[in-house]
Amino acid sequence: MSIDKETARRVAHLARIEVAESDLDRVAAELSGILGFMEQLRDVDVSGIEPMTSVTPMALPLREDRITAGGEPERILGNAPDARRGFFAVPKVVE
Amino acid sequence: MGELSRLTLAEARDRLRARDFTAAELTDDCLAAAEAAAVLNAFTPPTPDLARAQAAAADARLAKGDAPDLCGVPLGIKDLFCVEGAPAQAASRILEGFRPPYESTVTARLRERGAVMLGKLNMDEFAMGSSTETSAFGPAISPWRRRGDAAPLTPGGSSGGSAAAVAADLCLGATGTDTGGSIRQPAAFTGIVGVKPTYGRCSRWGIVAFASSLDQAGPMAKSVTDAAILLSAMAGHDPKDSTSANRPDEDFAAGLKGDLRGRRIGVPREYRVDGMPAEIEALWAKGSDMLRDAGAEIVEISLPHTKYALPAYYVIAPAEASSNLARYDGVRYGRRARIGAGDGVTELYERTRAEGFGREVQRRIMVGAYVLSAGFYDAYYLRAQKVRTLIKRDFEQAFDAGVDAILTPATPSAAFGIGDMADADPVQMYLNDVFTVTVNLAGLPGVSVPAGLDAAGLPLGLQLIGRPWDEKGMLDAAFALERACGFAAKPGQWW
Repeated sequence: MSIDKETARRVAHLARIEVAESDLDRVAAELSGILGFMEQLRDVDVSGIEPMTSVTPMALPLREDRITAGGEPERILGNAPDARRGFFAVPKVVE
Repeated sequence: MGELSRLTLAEARDRLRARDFTAAELTDDCLAAAEAAAVLNAFTPPTPDLARAQAAAADARLAKGDAPDLCGVPLGIKDLFCVEGAPAQAASRILEGFRPPYESTVTARLRERGAVMLGKLNMDEFAMGSSTETSAFGPAISPWRRRGDAAPLTPGGSSGGSAAAVAADLCLGATGTDTGGSIRQPAAFTGIVGVKPTYGRCSRWGIVAFASSLDQAGPMAKSVTDAAILLSAMAGHDPKDSTSANRPDEDFAAGLKGDLRGRRIGVPREYRVDGMPAEIEALWAKGSDMLRDAGAEIVEISLPHTKYALPAYYVIAPAEASSNLARYDGVRYGRRARIGAGDGVTELYERTRAEGFGREVQRRIMVGAYVLSAGFYDAYYLRAQKVRTLIKRDFEQAFDAGVDAILTPATPSAAFGIGDMADADPVQMYLNDVFTVTVNLAGLPGVSVPAGLDAAGLPLGLQLIGRPWDEKGMLDAAFALERACGFAAKPGQWW
């Protein structure tokens, strides 16, 4: 599977990573190489095989539905690049 | 300097309890050794104030006779673990300035038992790499060099800082994490012991996530006994990690005898890969002989889907990474890019991630986004998950047929030079994981044991793979191998 420049642009946007126009060809070539390596998986007969969803056979545990933490907005916001009046601040989203 | 930092963890534990020296003296010796070895770039850097405060507290416990195994023992902690009071960056620019307001469960367990943290250790960015060259801190350098050659070598990766620090005797042990071989490969490259436990044995809570279904924390240490002592402290049930196994704590160091009578060790024929150096092939054969001498029956086994493990891994791990790393958006923590007046939140995300993630991390996030995208999910991700089922089944069939543990080489070569892979295709670097990645896909425990030196004088390791939850049996076989190999080589101190 060869990735063209347009696909690379689309994948970069899906990944929310800005890639300069001049880098798109390099990114496309690298992704093509990696995906080419994965083509081997087509040789495996997987008919009737269940996809793995849990490596150890265990049911997810349930816990009591009870509040065990919270009420500490200063700690939550302490690492934010921009926090104002108890909120994370971002550029305007709604016009 | 270095007289105390050179001790094994077990020796230091006994001598601390005997009050031969104090935790403060031992810690100062390690800090001095770490400072003198700054050129190895193993630490990010040391945190001496924190270490000395913990050493003083440990001495108080030792004086009272309340001393668990790790009380007063100086350790290094991979930068992937969140430790309260210290920065955690996962060796990435995108987490610049992040100070976790919480402690990972594994490091909390070590702290409770009195361990001293010397500092955070260098690694590949977000644990993605096999050489620590993707680190935002620059590469860690191996204390080992080829005979008569001063070219800097990689300590491996992603836990390369941990491996360099233990091998150079800057600490008595270290934590690592292993998603595709990131504990076992650097351990093999630096002549130390590294254990990747059964998936679910160590809590992942508070460890920066890479690929959640594959990630496991584990110990890196100077001997099998030391690794077992560390693992006993690190492992245990944690309700905060829903995949943490609800099993009682175990003492993995108790009863290591190396007596393999009545035990069956499998040697998988598919691990004899094309282009494997003759030295590694010979070492592997020697390892089989040693385990046979220790009483084991050696049997050839087949793990037929082995060759599909790497491509399956490089679908699954990036897919999980692209989901896990979506959280780094410049809003809640870490680095935020400057944007123009007319730019919105999408530009903020895209520029922050372009500036903050290194090239390999960007590549893997994009591969992950691609294999999970509409139209490709079935062809790549779903298929890889089915292949993963088959790889696990291969191991189950071998264990069902009576095999107790499996012996393989740990890596396809000895350590390579810093920069040697700079122009290589990314897939070339991925091939480092060929012998280790199956273990993560199947959720099994694995251990790398130093077994010999190559012609250039560099360490080579052998890997033992255990049954699920049988770390104890696996470590006993590792103990037998360690004793038979008698690996005592140390890097010459050039730094």
